[in-house]
Amino acid sequence: MSSVVSVRGLRKSYGDFEALGGIDFELRAGEVFGLLGPNGAGKTTTVEILEGYRRRDAGEVEVLGADPASAGLAWRGRIGVVLQSTAMYENLTVVESLAQFAGYYERPRPVGEVVELIGLGEKRNDRVRRLSGGQRRRLDLGLALIGDPELIFLDEPTTGFDPGARRRAWETIRSLRALGKTILLTTHYLDEVEQLADRVAVLRQGRIVAAGTPAELTGARLATEIRYRENGREIVLETEQPTRVLHELTEQALERGVELENLQVRRPSLEEVYLSLTGDEPG
Amino acid sequence: MRLFPHELRGQLRLYWRSRELAFFTFALPIIMFILLGSVYGKDRIKAEGGVRGADYLLAGMLGYGAIATGFAGLSIMLVIRREQGILKRLRATPLPAGTYVAALLLTTMVAFALEAAVMVLAGRILFHTHLRHGVSLALALLLAIGAFTALGLALTTLIKSSEGSSAVVNAIYLPVSFISGSFFSSHSFPQVLRVVANALPLVYVIRLVRDVMLRDAQIWNRPGAVAVVAAWGLAGALIAARRFRWEPREG
Repeated sequence: MSSVVSVRGLRKSYGDFEALGGIDFELRAGEVFGLLGPNGAGKTTTVEILEGYRRRDAGEVEVLGADPASAGLAWRGRIGVVLQSTAMYENLTVVESLAQFAGYYERPRPVGEVVELIGLGEKRNDRVRRLSGGQRRRLDLGLALIGDPELIFLDEPTTGFDPGARRRAWETIRSLRALGKTILLTTHYLDEVEQLADRVAVLRQGRIVAAGTPAELTGARLATEIRYRENGREIVLETEQPTRVLHELTEQALERGVELENLQVRRPSLEEVYLSLTGDEPG
Repeated sequence: MRLFPHELRGQLRLYWRSRELAFFTFALPIIMFILLGSVYGKDRIKAEGGVRGADYLLAGMLGYGAIATGFAGLSIMLVIRREQGILKRLRATPLPAGTYVAALLLTTMVAFALEAAVMVLAGRILFHTHLRHGVSLALALLLAIGAFTALGLALTTLIKSSEGSSAVVNAIYLPVSFISGSFFSSHSFPQVLRVVANALPLVYVIRLVRDVMLRDAQIWNRPGAVAVVAAWGLAGALIAARRFRWEPREG
């Protein structure tokens, strides 16, 4: 089928440090793909190779039908990039910044439309230096969108945001998806991929350790957990067959005429799956 | 090529809105000229053949303006943009690198042309300085700003961080301006300072401008000075072309 990004056996080392140890993944047209992993897992290295900033050591990479290492200006006009750190001219206003970037593209989106899309209508004539961190990040997103790209790279777009700013950024990303854009999102926040991504790859020390939809990731791994208290002790059972175990437990309890105090049945959250995959300690 | 005027407009707007940059590279040389001119503008400088102080000073301050705007201003601004990641950001757009650099250089030249015009005008009104050989003067100043912008681009390749950039740049161009005789006649300076100054381009820029303005020379009668300034500019351009970086160094 039509794959927008295709990566096969991608490797990259910095000196002795192997940042990427041969990874494979693919982005299909119109999907939001989440690259999830802790700091130092290789997310930014991957994205910057796809954006054409860094050279790979080995492997095949195709982005919008071209090799990013040798793609030209026309190719750059078809991608939108939000880098990990926000960078823009401090002394231009929101509208001026967007208009400046709009001039670089063949068929830019109207500036006014992008201003509304990123929710900076009230700040349109404010200088960038006066914007808050979250507002800057949204303008950064606006600069990535102004050229009406087919593919958008978002490298940790909400790191350092307060909860309100994150929700607003998520809404903007959802509206991009609704416009039919293909999006590659890196993040170390699990709720972010749960909220936004159609498919996820979990990166750990330069390797993909799990891939699938968020639901597949949580469904495929870890047993269901059953907890209750008995004689003041906390009992935790993990089982692949929660229906049968729960039935047995409650049956026994009924026979003995006791209450299973604090009974809880829960599925593992994506967070727990993630922590078990990346080998991080919770908390 | 509709992109070039678009980028030039944007860069000019950014230049004038950056107050510190516009002050130190555009306004300060004008202010210094007026201040020093008030101090010794009416004196005759015996060591320099009895020329009027203001006439002598104007040539030196035009050279100082060229190094401040072309070398110091451009390199500080570019290092800051590189370290902030603005240059990296631009590399992801279809804006050609050459268009961007050309717009920046022309912006710097426009700023310097205005600065030089204001200085010449202020000299005429306040100190009755004379403008002679306008074409030769314009060519000499064009050569100077061209060489100093090229050296400014080269300097950015040697600076590692934006915190250090203005310190490094000031530590270079202010002493060079001083020993090259921008502010006073270097006639009575120690020999060693004059030897150092004679190895650097600013002395030749100032000499060229003085010869044109005070000694009835045309630029084409001074091929030696032209060659030295052009050689420095070319060396700067070569270094810049080979070593210029768009991204901050990885931390």
